[in-house]
Amino acid sequence: MLSQPLQIRFLEKRRYTIYLSIFLVLSTFLSVLLHGGLNYGIDFRGGTNVQIRFDSKPDLNQLRNLFASQGYDSITLQTFGAEKDREILLGLPIDSSLGTGESLTTNLQQILQNANTQPEVRRIETIGPKVGDELKEDALLAVLIALGLVLLYISVRFQWRFGISAVVCLLHDVLAVVGVFSLFDKEFNLTIIAALLTVVGYSLNDTIVVFDRIRENLAKFRKRETEELLDLSINETLSRTLLTSATTLFVVIMLLLFGGEIIHDFAFALFVGILVGTYSSIYVASPIFLMLQEKAPPKPATPSNTELTQESQ
Amino acid sequence: MNVRVKGLLILLVFAAAVFYSLPTYQAYQPGVDPQKHPNRVNLGLDLQGGMYLDIEIKVEEAVKETTSRTAQELEDLLLDNYVKFVEVRQENNVIILEMEKGETVNLTESPYDRLLVQFTPAEQPNNRTTLTLLPEELTRIQENAITQALEVLRNRIDSLGVSEPTLQRQGDNSIIIQLPGLKDRSQAIELIGPQAVLEFRIVNDDATPAAYNRYTEVVRYEEIRDPITQEVLSRNPYVLSKEVLLTGEYIRDARVRFDQQTNQPYVSLSFDSIGADRFAKLTERNQGKRLAIVLDDKVQSAPVIREKIGGGEASISGQFTTEEAGNLSIVLRSGSLPAPIEIREERTVGASLGEDSVEQGLTSLLLGGLLVLIFMMIYYRLAGVFAAFALVFNLLLIIAVLGGVGATLTLPGMAGIVLTTGMAVDANVLIFQRIREELAKSNNLRSSINEGFDRAFKTILDANVTTLFAALALLQFGTGPIKGFAVTLSLGILSSMFTAIVVTRFFFEMIYLNRKQLKAISI
Repeated sequence: MLSQPLQIRFLEKRRYTIYLSIFLVLSTFLSVLLHGGLNYGIDFRGGTNVQIRFDSKPDLNQLRNLFASQGYDSITLQTFGAEKDREILLGLPIDSSLGTGESLTTNLQQILQNANTQPEVRRIETIGPKVGDELKEDALLAVLIALGLVLLYISVRFQWRFGISAVVCLLHDVLAVVGVFSLFDKEFNLTIIAALLTVVGYSLNDTIVVFDRIRENLAKFRKRETEELLDLSINETLSRTLLTSATTLFVVIMLLLFGGEIIHDFAFALFVGILVGTYSSIYVASPIFLMLQEKAPPKPATPSNTELTQESQ
Repeated sequence: MNVRVKGLLILLVFAAAVFYSLPTYQAYQPGVDPQKHPNRVNLGLDLQGGMYLDIEIKVEEAVKETTSRTAQELEDLLLDNYVKFVEVRQENNVIILEMEKGETVNLTESPYDRLLVQFTPAEQPNNRTTLTLLPEELTRIQENAITQALEVLRNRIDSLGVSEPTLQRQGDNSIIIQLPGLKDRSQAIELIGPQAVLEFRIVNDDATPAAYNRYTEVVRYEEIRDPITQEVLSRNPYVLSKEVLLTGEYIRDARVRFDQQTNQPYVSLSFDSIGADRFAKLTERNQGKRLAIVLDDKVQSAPVIREKIGGGEASISGQFTTEEAGNLSIVLRSGSLPAPIEIREERTVGASLGEDSVEQGLTSLLLGGLLVLIFMMIYYRLAGVFAAFALVFNLLLIIAVLGGVGATLTLPGMAGIVLTTGMAVDANVLIFQRIREELAKSNNLRSSINEGFDRAFKTILDANVTTLFAALALLQFGTGPIKGFAVTLSLGILSSMFTAIVVTRFFFEMIYLNRKQLKAISI
């Protein structure tokens, strides 16, 4: 693909790309605000989901009327997956009068026997209100601790400037994916958290590869301007960045096309995340590093700094 | 290390990887019972179908129960000894005794002192004394409740016929139940849900819910249900003796029988010797009265006692279907739960959906993987073939280790494998790009290969170790799906580092570096 290292001056446009990223992050917040918060799935909100397959194409309006005629108004009904799957997803609030445990199946059968199509319940998920909060807290805690460890490790292995840039970059990616989910009003659940973690892992990998080259070049050409060195490092690693993104995207696109409905949103999050992650490892991580380097330049002769350069040679 | 020794070691690891991933391959062939291959990778409930339940044992109810029983005992003792008191009340784990003015009672003396094994008394203003449950007793009651609940639930679940059910305690008062391959969801919930406290009490037909003796009697209801929709149509009140004459504790066996005339199913009980004895006595003393059979505070039936019943047999009739009667008999045989429970979380996936998820997940992963392999081989030629082999090796290694330790693969776990496959490809790309870079700088093929590996190694190490740290944090602090993801991710990171750094390098050493004359490399 690229046998000669290119000499694109990535950082020259950093003003614009930083603005773009700030814009991305702000629109995430704006979108979440306008949508009145994230569209939490039952994992975090509590409630019940029932996935039902019919033996012929279900008529949503008829089904809605059927439920309404029995006094069940607060349910949500939507088709699930491709039309050929003939499936619906039924959402019930936490204290639905349809019941949870034992009565739920019976009640559903009661109501659906009047529909002119044969139902098969494929999945039932019920999350109590307490559990929803617990899951939310646990997920958040796990992600924060993971990010903290990453910051610590990179700060020790590289320098604190790299650590901060990497974590800001990760937050940027996560927020961007959350923003896209909010924009499309897609459901936010535990599976999406797993996808976000995958994105974090992927983007982290990407960022470290670039940083590693920057560290190497910083040690090799001590006289040259930092900006120039950053551009050089990004260019040198560019073909790898693009190749890896491309191969990972192959897999993700296959998941998106053939993975089925349950995995669909997961794959979609990965798809967005990989695009954003690739972009951010070039246009977010390095500019932030440069900014930190300019605002808080390393003291040239301190012993810790010499150690660091020696280690990276 | 000598190339030959290295090759031999790699071959050994490869053979082991194949050997240990074989059971997984065999276990999921059509028409094979996976149970026969113990070292397989287990499929999670989301992939296999089944039920996951997170159940809360209301341990505070067990504490209240003990306290209220002691309060009752204290009241009886006070009455027996003609002590004048205003009332004995129970609030959570505290008993409050209010004496009449001028009256005193020394609780540290017989017969009251035996209550102090579990409670500490404290004088309060206004002639009151509180008895508080000792903290160590509180913990003991809670612990016992959980242990007992585990045992009872295990007994009930055993009759579901699920091949590998698991029950485990989680946190202070939760139990996680996993029922892979469960077919009948409602049966499971009917078996797990009820506390199944069975009580026999005498009905006072002379009293009404509006006028009854609150000190010696209680009101319980019988629910009349529509036989088809199961909707509660009405609730019949009964005034019952507060005293419980017999409980389900003494049941030896419970079976479904059918009424000869109506063909209605009912549950026939037989008591153990103590139970039979008590039952005989209570029927003898209460002839002509009605005996209420109360299950979880709901009156099931209240037949008239015509004569003394010896032999220790009783029956519970009600509006059951045969299935419900069957479930009730299982529940009664397994014993009652020490406290009521609440289902905090349920995830039930039908077998067909699980199958679809596996099939679609695997198909897309294989297609994606194949695309990557082809791309690598076209782009890096022979080196790409090395990488392709390393990737397959990596996958086998992950399956082998997962299977070897009997781990469970979930959908998020599959996602973890996708990510590590991506990282394994990346490691190879890093190495090959670096070698290409070195080749562009110098004509020395040998040193280019070595330099490429050495420099890429540092990058791979840092990138992977950082991700590994993140994965370990998730493993430690995450729950459910996050954990499943973290397991395959951390495992995959280790194995992808091994395959990229050791295995791919070995191929380069064997094919290129081992030659006397090295003219060109295919990369």
